[in-house]
Amino acid sequence: MSPPEKSIRVMDADYITRTLNRIAYEILEKNRTLKDLALVGIRSRGVPLARRLAEKLKEITGTVPPVGELDINLYRDDLSRIAYHPVLKTTEIPFDIDDKVVVLVDDVLFTGRTIRSALNALMDLGRPSWVQLGVLVDRGHRELPVRADYIGKNVATSKSQDVIVHLAELDKVDEVVIADTPEGVS
Amino acid sequence: MKLSSRHLLGIDGMTAEEVALILDTAEGFVQISAREIKKVPTLRGKTVVNFFVEPSTRTRSSFELAEKRLSADALNFSASTSSFSKGESLLDTAKNLEAMSPDFIIIRHSEPGSPHFLARHVDATIVNAGDGAHEHPTQALLDAFTIRKHKGRLEGLRVAIVGDINHSRVVRSNVLLLTLMGAHVVVCGPPTLLPREFDAMGCSMTYKVDEALEGADVVMALRVQHERMNAGYFPTTREYARQFGVNGTRLKLAKDDAIVMHPGPMNRGVEISGDLADGARSVILEQVANGVAVRMAVLYLLAGEPARETTS
Amino acid sequence: MKRLLKNGRVVDPAGGTDGQRDILIEDGRIAAIDESIEPGRNEVIDLAGLTICPGFIDMHVHFREPGQEWKETVATGAAAAASGGFTAVACMPNTVPVMDNRSLVEFVRAQGREAGMARVWPIGAVTKGQNGEELAEIGDMFEAGAVAFSDDGRPIRSSQIMRMALEYSKIFDIPVIDHCEDRELVADGVVHEGWVSSRLGFKGWPGVAEDIMVGRNILLSEYTGGHVHIAHMSTARSAQLVREAKSRGSRVTCEVTPHHLVLDHEAVMGFDTYTKMNPPLRAAEDLLEGLADGTVDAIATDHAPHHCDEKCVEFSRAPFGVVGLETAVSICLDRLVHRDIIPLSRMVELFTTGPAGVLGLDKGKIEVGAEADITVLDLDREVTVDAGEFESKSENSPFLKWDLRGRPVLTMVDGRIIHDRR
Repeated sequence: MSPPEKSIRVMDADYITRTLNRIAYEILEKNRTLKDLALVGIRSRGVPLARRLAEKLKEITGTVPPVGELDINLYRDDLSRIAYHPVLKTTEIPFDIDDKVVVLVDDVLFTGRTIRSALNALMDLGRPSWVQLGVLVDRGHRELPVRADYIGKNVATSKSQDVIVHLAELDKVDEVVIADTPEGVS
Repeated sequence: MKLSSRHLLGIDGMTAEEVALILDTAEGFVQISAREIKKVPTLRGKTVVNFFVEPSTRTRSSFELAEKRLSADALNFSASTSSFSKGESLLDTAKNLEAMSPDFIIIRHSEPGSPHFLARHVDATIVNAGDGAHEHPTQALLDAFTIRKHKGRLEGLRVAIVGDINHSRVVRSNVLLLTLMGAHVVVCGPPTLLPREFDAMGCSMTYKVDEALEGADVVMALRVQHERMNAGYFPTTREYARQFGVNGTRLKLAKDDAIVMHPGPMNRGVEISGDLADGARSVILEQVANGVAVRMAVLYLLAGEPARETTS
Repeated sequence: MKRLLKNGRVVDPAGGTDGQRDILIEDGRIAAIDESIEPGRNEVIDLAGLTICPGFIDMHVHFREPGQEWKETVATGAAAAASGGFTAVACMPNTVPVMDNRSLVEFVRAQGREAGMARVWPIGAVTKGQNGEELAEIGDMFEAGAVAFSDDGRPIRSSQIMRMALEYSKIFDIPVIDHCEDRELVADGVVHEGWVSSRLGFKGWPGVAEDIMVGRNILLSEYTGGHVHIAHMSTARSAQLVREAKSRGSRVTCEVTPHHLVLDHEAVMGFDTYTKMNPPLRAAEDLLEGLADGTVDAIATDHAPHHCDEKCVEFSRAPFGVVGLETAVSICLDRLVHRDIIPLSRMVELFTTGPAGVLGLDKGKIEVGAEADITVLDLDREVTVDAGEFESKSENSPFLKWDLRGRPVLTMVDGRIIHDRR
C-alpha cells in the first residue's frame, strides 16, 4: 500500500518504544504482580505489541508472562455485511485463561467493535478473573461502551481519517500515521 | 482472496488457490473443536438445510456439527421423512425448502448432477455432500487437509487409491483435487470396477495393487459396497480381499512414512485389514475429526459470498 | 388453381438439377418445370434468392398421440414439421397404447389428414405391444397405410423374432427399422461410455452395445433377404458395418440424427437434460465420413418431445429424447453445408430421396406429374433458435439459443402452403 498523499506521522519508532515501556510499568502498577497475568494480542498488530510488552515486563521483573494470539474474525458483527469473509488465522493461546488476568492488546481503539468481538472470543475460551485492555492508539469515535486501561497515545481524528500502525515485525518500520482515507475506502 | 462460486458443487472448476484457501481456513477451525466451548457465533441467524435424499449418517453428522459449531440453525430434511418419497419431484421439494428461506442447502443425492440442478433452480447456496458416483468435494478437501497435516504439502506426493473406483464419488473428487495441487494419483482396482478412460482425469491406472502402492506417500482404501459384492464385478469377497485388500504386507511397498486413509465406512478384512485400520500409520479417525473443521471452513467462506446472483 | 414458383434455384438431386427453374403447380401437382415460365394469369410466388427443394421427409418422429398428448399431438407435431421445412414425417408406434393394429394406424393417419400440415405416415409396431414376443398384424397395418415397421425405443431383443419380422416383411417389401441396443450391455446407462461418463460418475452406455445389434441385424438381413433399417446410428463401428454390408449388396440402410452429427458427449457435462437422448451423444466426427461417402441413407430427427416438467429433474431420471423437427434443417445447413462437410445437394438427398428410398416410396423428387411437395430454403437467413417460436408442444432441444445460418422459409404440400416465413 502506498501511503496516501496527506498523511501525518504521529509516532515514530522511538516514541513507540517509550510508550510501550510506560504501559509495561502501568501494567505492573495496576496488577503489582505478574503471577496469573497473561497478554493476549489481537491479530494482526496486537500480537507483536503484546510480545514487546512481555519482553519489557521480563526486563523489569525477570519473569515473562505468557502471550497468546487471538483471531476475532469469527466473532465479528459485520460478517453478513462484508463482501467476502476475511482469511481466517489461528487463535493460539497455549495456556489456560481461567482465573487469569488477561491484558488484551491491540494497536488502535476505534469503534470498540473489535474489542467486543475479542471479549466474546475470549469468554468462549475460558473464564478470566479480570480482562484489561491496552492499546497503542485511542482515536475516539466509540460505538460501544468500551474503554482502555492502558493507552499509548490519544489521537484526535475525524471519522474519515485512517490511523495506520506499522510495526517492524510485520511492516519493516515502526510508526503511526494519520492519513486521509482515499475516497470509497474505509 | 475469495471463492469464485457461491456454491460448492464439486472440485471440478476450482482453482488451486481456492483449494488452498479452504484448507488454510480450516486450520483456524480445528482448534474450535478442541475447546471447552466448541462454538463460535459466526453464522448466527443463518439457516442451513441438510437435504439428504440418500441416507448418510456420517457426512450428515459432520455437516450438522459444523453448522452447529458455527451457530447456524440446522434443519435435517431426509428423503424418508419427506414428501420426496411420495413422488414429489426434486424441484418441487427444493422449492418448498426454499420457501423457508434457507441460506444453505447441503444436498446428498444418489444422482450425479443433482446439486448442479438445484443450483440452477433455487437461490440458496448449494453444497454438494455427495452426488451419486460424481463428486464429494468436502470429503476430498478433508482428505487433502489430513494429508497436508501429515506431509506438510500435497505437491509431488504419490497417492494410491485402491478399490471400487467405478462407484466412488470420493475418488473422483480426490483425483481432481490432488492432481490440481500437484500430487500424482494412481488409482487401482479390478478392471470391472475401473471406468473406461478414467486416466483422462489426470491420474494413472493399474490393476496391480503392488504397482500402485510402490513408493506411495499416501494409501487410500475405498469401500466395497455390499450391493457390489454380489453383482458380478468380482467373483467373491474373499478373492477381492486377496487381490485388492490393503494389508500390512502390501503396505511395505509404500514409503516408510506412508499414511493409510479410508473415507469410511470400512469393511474390515475386505478392502483394508483390521490391523492397518487401527495401526500407527492409520489417520482414518483424524479424517473424521478434520471433516468438521473443513466443512466449517467451507460454510464460513461461502457465507461471505457477495450478493446473490441468478447464474450458477 | 395454378401457382407459379418463379426465380428460385432448384436443387433436385433425383433429377440432377441445380439451377434456376420456374415451377408451375396445378391441382396439387407439378405441371411444368422450365428455365422460364411466363406468369400469365397464374398466382406468382417469387422465390428469387431462395432455394427450391423437393419436400423434405423425416422418417423418424414421435408424435405421442394417442396417450401422451401433453407432450405432442399429431396436429402439433405435423405443424412443427411444416415449420421445420418437412412435408412428410413417419411416426413411430410407441404411443399409448402401442400402434400395433390397423385401427391405430388409421387413427394416426386420420389425425394427420385433419391437421392438414405435413403428411403423416404411420410406422406400425413389429410385435404386439412392442414387447418383442409376438408379431403384430403387419399386413393389416400395411394395408391401412403403415410405411414401415419398428419397435423403436424397444430393441428387438430376440434374434428369432427379428428373423421372423425380416422374413415376413418381404411380402410387403417394407423395411423393419430397428433401434439397435443390447439392453444388457446398456443396462441403466445414461451417457456414452467414455471419459465423460467416467468423470461424471454415470453408468456408461458403450458404443459396442449398438454395434453388436447392428452386426446381428445385418447378418439376419443377409440370411433372410429382408430389408433392415438401422435407426439413429451413432457409432463409427456401426457405420463401418453398414458400409461393408452395402458393398456386399445387402438390403441394409441407416439414418443418423442432426444432434449426433453436431454434438459430442462433452455436451452432457453441464447436466442439461436436453442433451440426454437415446442413443446417447458420442463423437460427431465418427459419423461424418458415412454421411459424405453414401453409407448413410437419411438424416432423421428422432423428434422426441417431452414436457419441460418431465425433463426438469435429475439427469439420470429424465426421459431420453429431444425435439428436432424445427431445428434439423438449420443445423444441417449451418454445420454441414456451410462448413463444407457435405454439399447442399447431398444434404437435400439425405432429406428427400434418401428416406423415400428407404421406405420404398416414390417421393422426394421435383418432376412433372409428381405431387407438389416443396421445401424452400433461405441458405443465408440468420436464426437464433428460440423455443418460443416452436410449433411443437415441447421445447426439449439441445440447440436452444444457438445462432445458425440457413432456414426453411416455405413449405408446401400438394401445392398448398402449410408454412410460410418468407
